Amino acid sequence: MKKIYLYISTKVILIVLLIINITLSFSQENNETHLNMDATYTRPFMKKENSSIAIGGYLEANTIHKTTEGISEGLSFQARRLTLFFSASISKKIKFLSEFEYEDGAKEIAIEFAAIDVALHPLFNIRAGIIMNPIGGFNQNHDGPKWEFVERPDMAVNLLPATWSNVGFGIYGKTLVNNITIGYEAYLTNGFDNSIIDNTENKTFLPATKQNPERFEENGSDELLKTIKIVFKNRKIGELGLSYMGGIYNKTEEDGITIDSPRKLKVITIDFNTKINETKIIAEYTSINIDIPDTYTQKYGSKQRGAFIDIVHPIFTKKVLDWDKATLNIALRGDYIDWNTGNFKETNTNIGDELLAITPAISFRPTPKTVFRINYKYSWQKDILDNPWEKTATWLVGFSTYF
Amino acid sequence: MFKKILLIVLTILITSCELTSPLGPEEFEVLDGLVQGLTTQQEIQFLKGDEAFNEVFDSSKGLGPLFVANQCSTCHPGDGRGTPFVTFTRFGQDGPGENLFLNKGGPQLQHKALPGYSPEALPENATFSDFIAPPVTGLGFLDAVSDQSLIDLSDPNDDDNDGISGQVHWNNIPDYVKLRPNTISVNGKYITRFGKKANAYDLLHQTAGAYNQDMGITSLFEPIDVYTNLEIDPEVTTETVNSIVFYLKTLKAPIQRNTDDLSVIEGREIFDEINCSSCHSPTLKTGYSDISSLSQKEFYPYTDMLLHDMGEELNDNYTEGFADNSEWRTPPLWGLGLSKDAQGGRYFLLHDGRATSIEEAIILHSGEAENSKNDFLSLSKEDKGKLIMFLESL
Repeated sequence: MKKIYLYISTKVILIVLLIINITLSFSQENNETHLNMDATYTRPFMKKENSSIAIGGYLEANTIHKTTEGISEGLSFQARRLTLFFSASISKKIKFLSEFEYEDGAKEIAIEFAAIDVALHPLFNIRAGIIMNPIGGFNQNHDGPKWEFVERPDMAVNLLPATWSNVGFGIYGKTLVNNITIGYEAYLTNGFDNSIIDNTENKTFLPATKQNPERFEENGSDELLKTIKIVFKNRKIGELGLSYMGGIYNKTEEDGITIDSPRKLKVITIDFNTKINETKIIAEYTSINIDIPDTYTQKYGSKQRGAFIDIVHPIFTKKVLDWDKATLNIALRGDYIDWNTGNFKETNTNIGDELLAITPAISFRPTPKTVFRINYKYSWQKDILDNPWEKTATWLVGFSTYF
Repeated sequence: MFKKILLIVLTILITSCELTSPLGPEEFEVLDGLVQGLTTQQEIQFLKGDEAFNEVFDSSKGLGPLFVANQCSTCHPGDGRGTPFVTFTRFGQDGPGENLFLNKGGPQLQHKALPGYSPEALPENATFSDFIAPPVTGLGFLDAVSDQSLIDLSDPNDDDNDGISGQVHWNNIPDYVKLRPNTISVNGKYITRFGKKANAYDLLHQTAGAYNQDMGITSLFEPIDVYTNLEIDPEVTTETVNSIVFYLKTLKAPIQRNTDDLSVIEGREIFDEINCSSCHSPTLKTGYSDISSLSQKEFYPYTDMLLHDMGEELNDNYTEGFADNSEWRTPPLWGLGLSKDAQGGRYFLLHDGRATSIEEAIILHSGEAENSKNDFLSLSKEDKGKLIMFLESL
């Protein structure tokens, strides 16, 4: 029923946008002041001038061959993601953008972004609707064609819930001070619910909330979720983001009856990206603290942390076949997650539940909007008891392209 | 240049999937795996059971609200021995007969609770014992040993004057168990054989009890909710329970390693010389089983599945069924050397994991095992090492 509703909603929005026939008029900014927070509005489809409507999206698909400790399911094809964007300038200072995502065919359909922005002043703008919480850099800047890796960083999707979006509103802005662009975002949105510690993932798992179909109509906790981000960017040094997301994540009352005590969640993320000569470096670290009842199983950890780093270096940019500025890159990603930091109460021994991964990659970009990628991911995962690492090797070959 | 790179990439891709994939462990290096000789249908059934054994329960699937663990494999990681991270506290019975605390939450303490609930507290004056979960490998073989074979192994009055008086556990059983072929009954009691106190008749009895007492999940077999104490709808299907039982029956027996190692061979001789094998019987034979791979097979579990008095050191003033407080069922020693790989790289041995080495576990033996323990203590350091090497090869 939900899927049908979303499908109909998508069609209705498309028709409305065609009828109102409006032109995208928001200006594009130069690279110096471009931050992760701007990624939502700097997608290539929005650069088309004189277009009567701004419609775009991206598609990514791949093959995968995964082997864990000698056991493989064989080779598969994956229609990983089809994302559709619709954008419009409603009036001079009001713009609209939406992002619909179909993951794994139509297994998961989500509105990742559907908001209006009211531009009042460079330092004070209002955004309302279904917005992407600015936690870290990847959550906002996640479009597949921008990355040299088929899979999203483990930390972003298996620790943080990228793409994490919610209904709410907030303010944002930026300014240039002594060659440093300073930006901020602050939002109040619906938030998490008790499923982050009561789920079949067998661990504290923030993405579990995304399975709650009611989260866009009712907050799953007592308090709205607060997300705040401050960003600094210097053209020579890079962009540094500091973000916080937190609040009470559970409901304590139902029909006026107290059913639980309030428990808090705190997420702090640092993201950084820079370019040294031609080499791009993107890194992100997150730390999560969650109140868990003492009488609950320690499988659901109260402290989590994770990080990833991407290093991308172009081998050449030149004419290849009919593409004038085709680029071949080599890249390397490192992933780390500790889903349960600390020691067991009973034995004072280390709690495992950790993941390490390294992914060398080759990517070929016939144009900046399209990428063909070959990745080899080797990961080591420990169970909660800290038993020997389980090793997995994954080959991924695929493409991702804006349209 | 581009064509060369493309060629290299294609060559790597075509050849690399196999070459770059991590190899799995050898069969003898792990506890899990299925017994040889199953039919295709039985192997499919095994896989279903494997999936059910690893299923994670949350509140939406019926977990709790009071529980001990949320998954079978939490207690039996890698099908092996548990750790004190998941401890089962049993309480309320300080002598053979009845548990007097059944109406106060006994026999097991559900010491974990879903958020918003308070876990069970140990009632005043209740004696208790902490257990860690045993390995589950090779259980189908142990299940298929006939009652008569166990009686033949027993010597309750120590007629042979060797100081060892193992006995079968004559016990009450629930209505839902299916009696094994040629089962023996005396005065309405049957021989129960699974569990630390040999309190469960068969793997269905063990499994249905674990769903209920460990995870707070009701089934057709154990329909009483541990939180409300009321009969409620089954939270796990009979098919799932049966698939777990089949899985447990068809898990392979651990495979001994380093059998050609001279120290291991000599360690085995010492094992016999100091009479460990009187209780830890090296060889048993199955009777009839409807799974032909388990029927009439000789196997090597190093247990007699009998109750033995282990002395005051291991007496927790708690028991089950008609066992004495100091009586424990001989645990199988097969798979002992692989225990560490499921216990986070260290040993947690004996019923509650109190021993953190094999040597410590031996030293904590007493009662009927007093002479064997003393013989072990008088061994040279080298011979102790050989004995432990043998035990670790199992």
